[in-house]
Amino acid sequence: MFRKTVLAKKLLAAATGLLLTTFSGILSADDPFKIGFVYVGPVGDHGWTYRHDIGRQAIEAEFGDKVATTFVESVPEGADAERVIRKLASSGHDLIFTTSFGYMNPTVKVAKAFPKVKFEHATGYKRGDNVSTYSARFYEGRAVLGTIAGMMTKTGTVGYIASFPIPEVVRGINAFTIAMRKVNPEATVKVVWVNSWYDPGKEADAAKALIDQGVDIVTQHTDSPAPLQVAQERGVMGFGQASDMSAFAPDAQLTAIIDNWDKYYVERTLAAMDGSWKSEDVWAGIDSGMVDFPEYGAMVPDDVKAAADVIKESIVDGSLHPFQGPIMDQNGKVVAEEGTNIDDGTLLGMDFYVEGVQGTLPK
Amino acid sequence: MISLQPRAMPSKLMGYLAPVIALCLTLLSGLVLFAILGVPVGQAFHAFFIEPISTLYGLSELGVKAAPLILIAVGLSIGFRAQVWNIGAEGQLILGGIFGGAVALYFYEIDAWYVMPLMMMAGVIGGMLWAAIPALLKTHFNANEILTSLMLTYVAGLLLSFLVHGALRDPDGYNFPESRLFHDAALLPIVMEGTRLHIGAIIALFVVVAGWVLLSRTMLGFALKVNGAAPRAGAYAGFGQKRLIWFSLLLTGGLAGLAGLFEVAGPIGQLLPTISPGYGFTAIIVAFLGRLHPVGVLFAGLIMALSYLGGESAQITLNLPVAVTGVFQGLLLFFLLAADVLINFKIVRKARGQL
Amino acid sequence: MNETILLAILTIITAATPLVFAAIGELVVEKSGVLNLGVEGMMLVGAVSSFTAVHVTGSATLGVLAGMFAGVMLALIFAFLTLNLQSSQVATGLALTIFGVGVSALIGQPLIGVAYEGLPNVQIPVLSQIPVLGRILFSHDILVYCSIALVIAVSWFLRRTRAGLILRAVGDSHDAAHALGYPVIRVRYLATMFGGGCAGLAGAYLSMAYAPMWVENMSAGRGWIALALVVFASWQPSRVLFGAYLFGGISILQLHAQASGTINIPSQLMSMLPYLATIIVLVLISRDHGKIRRNAPASIGKAFHPTT
Repeated sequence: MFRKTVLAKKLLAAATGLLLTTFSGILSADDPFKIGFVYVGPVGDHGWTYRHDIGRQAIEAEFGDKVATTFVESVPEGADAERVIRKLASSGHDLIFTTSFGYMNPTVKVAKAFPKVKFEHATGYKRGDNVSTYSARFYEGRAVLGTIAGMMTKTGTVGYIASFPIPEVVRGINAFTIAMRKVNPEATVKVVWVNSWYDPGKEADAAKALIDQGVDIVTQHTDSPAPLQVAQERGVMGFGQASDMSAFAPDAQLTAIIDNWDKYYVERTLAAMDGSWKSEDVWAGIDSGMVDFPEYGAMVPDDVKAAADVIKESIVDGSLHPFQGPIMDQNGKVVAEEGTNIDDGTLLGMDFYVEGVQGTLPK
Repeated sequence: MISLQPRAMPSKLMGYLAPVIALCLTLLSGLVLFAILGVPVGQAFHAFFIEPISTLYGLSELGVKAAPLILIAVGLSIGFRAQVWNIGAEGQLILGGIFGGAVALYFYEIDAWYVMPLMMMAGVIGGMLWAAIPALLKTHFNANEILTSLMLTYVAGLLLSFLVHGALRDPDGYNFPESRLFHDAALLPIVMEGTRLHIGAIIALFVVVAGWVLLSRTMLGFALKVNGAAPRAGAYAGFGQKRLIWFSLLLTGGLAGLAGLFEVAGPIGQLLPTISPGYGFTAIIVAFLGRLHPVGVLFAGLIMALSYLGGESAQITLNLPVAVTGVFQGLLLFFLLAADVLINFKIVRKARGQL
Repeated sequence: MNETILLAILTIITAATPLVFAAIGELVVEKSGVLNLGVEGMMLVGAVSSFTAVHVTGSATLGVLAGMFAGVMLALIFAFLTLNLQSSQVATGLALTIFGVGVSALIGQPLIGVAYEGLPNVQIPVLSQIPVLGRILFSHDILVYCSIALVIAVSWFLRRTRAGLILRAVGDSHDAAHALGYPVIRVRYLATMFGGGCAGLAGAYLSMAYAPMWVENMSAGRGWIALALVVFASWQPSRVLFGAYLFGGISILQLHAQASGTINIPSQLMSMLPYLATIIVLVLISRDHGKIRRNAPASIGKAFHPTT
């Protein structure tokens, strides 16, 4: 059996060699620069993956014929991811974006085997000579939403529909709550975990449950516009997630956090094309445009708009950090003293609720 | 008018020819589908059927993808023959992954020969335990196993999510929901250097042979077949209904659990919130596609795996959305399943009005 | 009655309605002796078709009809393959789901991000003004009333009509029914199409009322739950209603429990509750062997070919 494998290997190597020479003959010098994307959901999820695909389209719009982009959608995080990434790398892609946390280890593994290909992994923490990581400081956006919610809630309780208890989501809940309580110290946040990134029906159910429990503003860290639609129907307010969702809830969307990868994708593509690409750890916020906002909804009063704008500006100019002390956790323990900020390391792995969040964090 | 006429004996020739006919029909309908979508037909077929297995790496990946499907489907096809409708193999797979993975993490950094055998045992036990619940509820409380096994699949998924968000989480992983990467002793040996083809694929082949021997050469296999045809008759062969239910569920559960362990200790190498893209459900199709016969299952598993790899290739080389590959895969399955009609029936022309 | 409980009941009704539609349709299919596991696929195609129709024509009625029509079309593929070509029902149903997921995603590509305000609620005059009960019983969208009516109609049809008797006879023993001169294949075709229409309707409810939008895979496994509910109901229509409201009810109540902030159980374990509760209740009601055997269609899933 062993011998057979060796023979088969030799034969195949010869065959592939032959094929490669034929192909390289066909390929001309000014081939387009190939960029691959691996998506965890379908492009039609109208959420996370949809926004990354908008970013991909921005690359095409910017560079036209000079680039060719490919995407593979609905790639499960698991055994399949490595094969898909490897296939992209071995089929001549020069730059590959893997857009979900669960692709971290396969990305790093494939990157070792393809040192000439450049990899960009979203939301992870492992890097290599040819692996960059990038993520957005969405919590800065959450601070803006929290400010608006704090000023506009009448019942003093705000609902938060959450997907999975990962640090990214917990960080958002905390940033939102801290900002909210700065303008409205008595306000609290009720969290419902739906254990899904997108299931419009369940998200709608969660929104209804929260509204029934007396919240008058709903915010979400799940992908679909369903909670906002419920808010619209019930006459309460909410925030869009990942995209401007005002079309779904014209009277309910106060504002939204838009995941805007366009600029980053275009920049990194340019860098990879002109040879200036280096492995980096990018965690960018409002100032970079990665965390973006649409127009405020018509129902937002001018003083609220002004207050929200101040938050945005002071985050951009560095005078405000969303996790600026003093901060206490749920049990009253001080997690950041006055005059200090929670550092990036703690933020990255955040696994506690701050004061003002109801319920306990599932662990 | 065309109608079907039963054959006196199942046609052996058609047994081999039917899949070929189905493939031809799939190509024909694919021609139409791709023409409508404006995709070059030749390239599409190449991407679906040839490109994925045109390299040694591609072939090895076919094995990686097919192994869990075959492993589970062999168990299922034995159970289905006994009319035991376990459709929760996915949940049993997840439990196998959890149990085996937990053993790997417990022995983290311990380089001993016994780690892998223990993991395999734990995987089998995990799957069996999860399958024992429907078996117990069926034999003692008459609760239908379709419902219980399906509902337990959702419970298993949530349990895995709960554990990787908590107890089994990587302590140095910034609280992200995944376990440590398994150490070398807890990873399956690789069969072919430079690929991911692991020992589990070889074990799947053994299971195919064992399943075939069981069905064709043992009294138990006979009882399983008889029970499917007439439940009371099974008792005469010395195997009561209850024993067959237990046997079928434990066998399938154990194999699914082993498949789950192979996934986490093989191509994945750690525990993640999702460890299977629905292998337990796909294996049901594979079992029937293989005509509930272990050897048939082997081929069916390979075809099914190829259709998934082909879908990925089509996305990469032709920029086809995954939706198109789903439609094409559905068509392929329809034809493969329908073509088997030729084994037991002849197509005859009938004069009008004769019916 | 507490206002929160009242509102929770309204939410439960919305959550249960698509399950009722899909399950009652599948119940009729299974009663005729056919097992179609493609409910999820038919639901998705129904959802995308009805949303497309509403988007293009602006008519909710046409939307609902389009959803049902699409469900029937998919069911016809299934019927042809399993009833004419004798392919395995279990496997063909699963293949139908793969096919349906793909087709719906393909059709739905232009609909991503398109908004629709949803079906209006129909306040039944006078009755809806009754305190508490009026809101629970008489102020829903039209499809909720339809779902209840459908269950009653199916129950009456199966028990009280000659056609229902024939359908059950076909499901219990196709050979005997055939010998008696009943058109087994035709009955099964009609039952399968009915099931497809109901699954399509369930999909229409998802994309037009429950969460009025289209996103891929929006049924998120509800077709599978509907299948389980038919078994849960041990093939009795009224129990389908019970099962759907039980499942929907516990799903919603666990969300409420989380929102109340007073229960400290991890959310994954809370999310298990509807599944576990369904199993436990099934165990409790399954102990009467005889009754289940009487209701279960004996020739379910078996192929039939007229031999004469």
